[in-house]
Amino acid sequence: MLVMEIYAFILLSLLAIATSIGTVLNRSAVNSALFMVLHLLTLAGLYLLLRAQFLAIIQVIVYAGAIMVLFLFVIMLLNVEEEENIIKNTRFGFIGAFMVGALLLGQVVYSLLGLAGFLPELSGQAEAIGTVEAIGDVMFTDYLLPLQVTAILLTSAVVGAMMIAEFTHADGTPQDVIEHAPEDRVEEGGA
Amino acid sequence: MISIEWFIALSAVLFTIGAIGVMVRRNAIVLFMCIELMLNAVNISLVAFSSYHGNIEGHMLVLFALSVAAAEAVVGLALIIALFRNTLSVDIRNLTLMRF
Repeated sequence: MLVMEIYAFILLSLLAIATSIGTVLNRSAVNSALFMVLHLLTLAGLYLLLRAQFLAIIQVIVYAGAIMVLFLFVIMLLNVEEEENIIKNTRFGFIGAFMVGALLLGQVVYSLLGLAGFLPELSGQAEAIGTVEAIGDVMFTDYLLPLQVTAILLTSAVVGAMMIAEFTHADGTPQDVIEHAPEDRVEEGGA
Repeated sequence: MISIEWFIALSAVLFTIGAIGVMVRRNAIVLFMCIELMLNAVNISLVAFSSYHGNIEGHMLVLFALSVAAAEAVVGLALIIALFRNTLSVDIRNLTLMRF
């Protein structure tokens, strides 16, 4: 059983690292987004290893399902051309970024090594806390207010996104799906 | 059971890859995906700590972080669309208006 888990962890974590590198280094934005979808699916597998069933399902539905589809729609809408050879063009910045990244990784690992003796073993309750029942139990009692605030946040985000992305003419009138002639718009405004 | 250090190490590596991506890439959409990578790396360590302590708070935090990430992605992509309308590209090197 333990061997199976270690196998699954090694497989999933290598896949997660590989797909994240693929996301960062791919020239085409569409390929980056598809690598990202695979990355999010492997993360869902890792959540399952951590006995967080509910979060694994939510990860697949919300992230891999909804957010990445939004990304792909925007890429399709904007018709972005490929970045030509990201490594060659910004060689200096590339080396600098990797040095800063190595520094960051070293810092995180160093700060975590100090904790090495104090980290807990997997507790016996872990089987029970990841289920829909346990999360729903807490979500609708202790976390009711944050839940409502999240609902308001999502609504305002959608309304705000529509206002930002909406194309307006210089005189402030919004663009219709079928572009009217200027005299049409004046008539509508008058009526 | 796998010890928690491995999950935290994985989280650190993924966070670093995301950070390098933010520094290296010039395409605003890919930049956003790298930010999502960093967010997910932190989520892994939150879930790991929560599971190993047998405490549900971390799961709830990840759940709320996920919905905030959804809202952030929606607004960010709308900003990218507005940017594309004005400059006809999503290259962040063109955004020098507020640079001193």
